[in-house]
Amino acid sequence: MEKQWFTISVYSENNVGLLNRISGIFLKRHINIESLNVSKSEISGVSKFTIVVHITEDWTRKIVGQIEKQIEVIKAFYHTDEETIYQESALFKIASSLLFDERQIQNIIKESNSQIVTVSRDFFVLAKTGRKHEIDEMHDLFEPFGIMQFVRSGRIAVTKSEMRITAMLNEFQEQE
Amino acid sequence: METVKEKNQSANEAKPKAEQQKGTRMSGAEAIIHCLLAEGVDLLYGYPGGAIMPVYDELYKFQDKLTHILTRHEQGATHAAQGYARVSGKVGVAMATSGPGATNLVTGLADAQIDSTPMVCLTGQVPRHLLGSDAFQETDIIGISTPVTKWNHQITKASEIPEVMAKAFYIAKSGRPGPVLVDITKNAQFDELDFTYEKCTGVRSYKPVPKPDMSAIKSAANSINAAKKPYIVWGQGVILGEAEEELKALIEKAGIPAAWTIMGESAIPTSHPLNVGMVGMHGNYGPNILTNECDVLLAIGMRFDDRVTGSLDTYAKQAKVIHFEIDPAEINKNVKADVAVLGNARETLKLLLPLINENSHEAWHNVFKEKYQIEFDTVIKNDIHPTKPGLTMGEVIEEINLATKNKAVIVTDVGQHQMIACRYAKFEDSKSNITSGGLGTMGFALPAAIGAKMGAMEREVVAIIGDGGYQMTIQELGVIFQHQIPVKIVVLNNDHLGMVRQWQELFFESRYASTVMVNPDFVKIAEGYHIEAKCVSERKDLKSTVAEMIASDKPYFLEVKVEKEDNVFPMIPSGASVSDIRLK
Repeated sequence: MEKQWFTISVYSENNVGLLNRISGIFLKRHINIESLNVSKSEISGVSKFTIVVHITEDWTRKIVGQIEKQIEVIKAFYHTDEETIYQESALFKIASSLLFDERQIQNIIKESNSQIVTVSRDFFVLAKTGRKHEIDEMHDLFEPFGIMQFVRSGRIAVTKSEMRITAMLNEFQEQE
Repeated sequence: METVKEKNQSANEAKPKAEQQKGTRMSGAEAIIHCLLAEGVDLLYGYPGGAIMPVYDELYKFQDKLTHILTRHEQGATHAAQGYARVSGKVGVAMATSGPGATNLVTGLADAQIDSTPMVCLTGQVPRHLLGSDAFQETDIIGISTPVTKWNHQITKASEIPEVMAKAFYIAKSGRPGPVLVDITKNAQFDELDFTYEKCTGVRSYKPVPKPDMSAIKSAANSINAAKKPYIVWGQGVILGEAEEELKALIEKAGIPAAWTIMGESAIPTSHPLNVGMVGMHGNYGPNILTNECDVLLAIGMRFDDRVTGSLDTYAKQAKVIHFEIDPAEINKNVKADVAVLGNARETLKLLLPLINENSHEAWHNVFKEKYQIEFDTVIKNDIHPTKPGLTMGEVIEEINLATKNKAVIVTDVGQHQMIACRYAKFEDSKSNITSGGLGTMGFALPAAIGAKMGAMEREVVAIIGDGGYQMTIQELGVIFQHQIPVKIVVLNNDHLGMVRQWQELFFESRYASTVMVNPDFVKIAEGYHIEAKCVSERKDLKSTVAEMIASDKPYFLEVKVEKEDNVFPMIPSGASVSDIRLK
């Protein structure tokens, strides 16, 4: 089976030890987490982990099974890139002098669809949201001129299909 | 966490106690004792130390209701709790202090995790204000124990105690059982709370038992009814799910030969005509080789461990695989299931049974008998009725069978003696084979036997241990002596780490690297603990000494000097196919 990019979405209780528990599942199998994001979800009090891995589907399915088995995990899903709408964000800190010295810089800013977050005498900061390759391309364009600092966020994703978490939680309440 | 009023009988019994305590102001340490009592705990194993002292102080006050056994090492406490849990089906409880006390629990937690044993471990922790300061005896036991627990939690406020303790017991016992660790900071033990206790009956993010799917059960029944050569392999799920009667009914109605993994052993009596023996690396010849000849493989409450399957590329490829399993993560983990039936084995087998046609599959069963004959002639006969001068492990087990009339609880450690005991011990009752299956923990047997005996005082408990593993937890003789726990300890001494030596002989050209044991006088050590002890080195003394040991109503130690370089066969070499099982 071929390795692919998978986005694993984990809905969970907000628990102090859960990140350790989930990352341990990858560690135990010597699988690298390519990107990780934790945030609140669409359901009040429920957290959402978005984890990106580059492994086979068979491994992904097994890992999702192990994640779902954790007591505080409500439900876990995995999706291919085609099944999700996903984005990443990046910040570029660049020397302000380049704006005046290098004519091309202004073109890159215009063409990259990035936003200027702040400008000071010494540096300016660009924010770029998009696919990983778009951010990589922008990085490549700036690199020859020198980037003072660069950071990229983990992937965030929503799926094209429905994730029936609310229904599952309601079902539990009814059982009670 | 969701807690609602308990509906079942046992809770009603516990309720008066809880209500009696309603709103009672007490320390966290005292609350912990009341939680244990409300959960029906009357016995726990442990070792005191600074960070758990407030709880020990309360134990002192409650010693008429709660027996604490001081093991000589915290690892011993976990294995004793495991032994207790495995024979009784109840949750075993172990307790330790912070730091080294807590880290010494790790092996037992890992063992209980891989063998699905319900256990709650309580650890003391440094006060909350010292967390993260590298305080004396501080370790991050939550971080350390995370991969080897079903659930763990750190309590830093006294008010959290009742809810977390209730959740701990619920999680340890429900669904696929496992170990839970609760770490309690010392301030939470000293601080006061208004104590009320309600048993936990559900956690919204946790579904312990999947609901049986009738269409999967029907599909399983159709395959079983159509099968010409059906074959059952069952595991511990049958014992944990208390599905012994249902499994027996299925085997008998459908006439299906059935084999067991070592964790499933004793669920069906050894003498049952359709019980064909053990699968796995040192399992029986027929049950292994015929895995690759059956047309339907019905796996019940087992997880296709690599020691069971050998090479997965050549495992039961011809068969339709039906997997009855409580844990969804086990489905298609190692072996792809054509039909997966999720749920508690007792519930699902009950639903399956009416859909099954009566059958006998006599010709197919005869194939197992033929294979058994081959194994008997080449291996078993020489193991249990040897003609060579040196004593064999097999004949010792056979003598124990005879002396106990197959009614004993057999507790084994890890290695050659374990494989021989699992192969040759005979059982009439379920929950009788207590061993470290998944983790393979040397040192398990002696403390586990203590727990097993205390969990089933009316039963004979015989620990069978190798000379290597015995010395890993030998200090627990102190517990046996102090409390006069009448376990029978049999050390099969071959002066080697026998299983590793066997592999060295077979696969490393007999280079015996660090497997020769220079052993002490085991009889003297036992006598040092005032335990009656004998050593047998000749066949003529074996029967009478085993009989004397079983007849004793006190602890008894028996060392049997067996052949030094005997091997365990049959054997599936590591990574080979079940079809390539070697008889010699």
